[in-house]
Amino acid sequence: MKRYSVFAVAREALRYHSGWERAWRSPEPKRHYDVIIVGAGGHGLATAYYLGKNFGITNVAVIEKGWLGGGNTGRNTTIIRSNYLQDPSAAIYEKARSLYEDMSQDLNYNVMFSPRGVLMLAQTQHEIRGYQRTAHANALQGVETEFVSPQRVKEIVPIINLDGPRYPVLGALWQERGGTARHDAVAWGYARACSGMGMDIIQQCEVTGVRVENGRVAGVDTSKGPIDCDKLGMLVAGNASVLSEMAGFRLPMESVALQALVSEPIKPCMDVVVMANTVHGYMSQSDKGEMVIGGGTDGFNNYTQRGSFHHIEETVRALNETFPMVSRLKMLRQWGGIVDVTGDRSPIISKTPVGNVFVNCGWGTGGFKSIPGSGWGMAELMATGHSSLTEAFTIDRFKEGQFIDESVAAGVAH
Amino acid sequence: MLILECPYCGVKAEETELHAGGEAHLKRFGPGSSDDEFHDYLFMRENPKGVHFERWRHVNGCGKWFHAARCTMTLEVFGTYSAQTYEPPQDIRDAISAKRPDWSWREFK
Repeated sequence: MKRYSVFAVAREALRYHSGWERAWRSPEPKRHYDVIIVGAGGHGLATAYYLGKNFGITNVAVIEKGWLGGGNTGRNTTIIRSNYLQDPSAAIYEKARSLYEDMSQDLNYNVMFSPRGVLMLAQTQHEIRGYQRTAHANALQGVETEFVSPQRVKEIVPIINLDGPRYPVLGALWQERGGTARHDAVAWGYARACSGMGMDIIQQCEVTGVRVENGRVAGVDTSKGPIDCDKLGMLVAGNASVLSEMAGFRLPMESVALQALVSEPIKPCMDVVVMANTVHGYMSQSDKGEMVIGGGTDGFNNYTQRGSFHHIEETVRALNETFPMVSRLKMLRQWGGIVDVTGDRSPIISKTPVGNVFVNCGWGTGGFKSIPGSGWGMAELMATGHSSLTEAFTIDRFKEGQFIDESVAAGVAH
Repeated sequence: MLILECPYCGVKAEETELHAGGEAHLKRFGPGSSDDEFHDYLFMRENPKGVHFERWRHVNGCGKWFHAARCTMTLEVFGTYSAQTYEPPQDIRDAISAKRPDWSWREFK
């Protein structure tokens, strides 16, 4: 893998850019790998990357039924924050956020991490108390957040309307180190780094079956033929239930559609991320100038990657109240992704009833921000059998009653 | 847009008139059941890519709960039926079989 640098740009400028190589190889699958990762989204690729980087395991295949980063990795609103209430969540999301800070240097790939700050509006008395509690919890966890007044909110976001007719802005939880990153670049950067370590990234290769022999996985059957492995990692988000049934176990999970939309590009008007959880809307401005908007999930099971129009209407109506200027914007594109939601709305990163199969799913509406932390912990779990970062996120927690109750703390929007 | 016909009042209602109520035909486990049964009842949900049975409530209408048979891959609706039943009626099963001959859902075929 040739490094990207200012010298590389200069060198290529002198030879008509004829020397750039493909960012990653597209090999045919080998017969056997030490580790197979199913799902070449952010989480799968990050897991493969940290398996190689932290544990020297490089005989790894990442297989993907579609194209790399084409699932929820390419469909989210790119928000990165770690202001969670519960200790296990704060730990893994803060690990992720801190890894995002130097990811571009680490991967030698510009992921355009922009720590522009994330503002979570408190629009009811209940939310004020909730966010003040979160701010105190974050102080103990070592996560830098602050509860700010409405006046401070107006200074940070001049376009905001504090005195909404239904939900006035009463304060906000402010995480200055949060922000956004280029979601595709995160997947591409990890893929390039994995390929550089000799791992095989195999796209358009659908898993059609999981071969279980004597309580252990021997390999997977794919549309490109059978592939054997010593360990199998499943990181397929909305399709986790389908894949786990192939391996013979069930997950406490439902798959629903979550939508996002972007406006026409406009001049810079808002240089932070604003989330309004009471009214189900969050918004940031992309580098191209589009307002990137997300809302709530649909209420019913869905695998179609498209959602209900009335949810978009709800989201936009809510944002119109808080940001009156939005009412004049034309919306350019709208899309959906299938998110996997667990009983307590927290992820599952766990061993499974099948000995050498590991599962990482259930990120629901909050997957992108956690990609590096999730991959870091998942790699440690797969390599050593234990990770302090992921131990609270086992499948068994539902049976034990040890939920990680973040849905209360995080509202709806993650 | 999802449109379901309420089996009680016969209204063809679109989504904003309805409220999704999750998986249908759950068998309830309470005191006296095993930990596994209770766990499965509380947390395990059918999450099929294909035929699915659900509870819905005609919330901005007659207010009653009913059942719907739907495909989660195509959003196709096979039919709706009364909530006063423990399993999908035969005509609904036949309607599904006509379009998805290999379908199965939990113990139902």
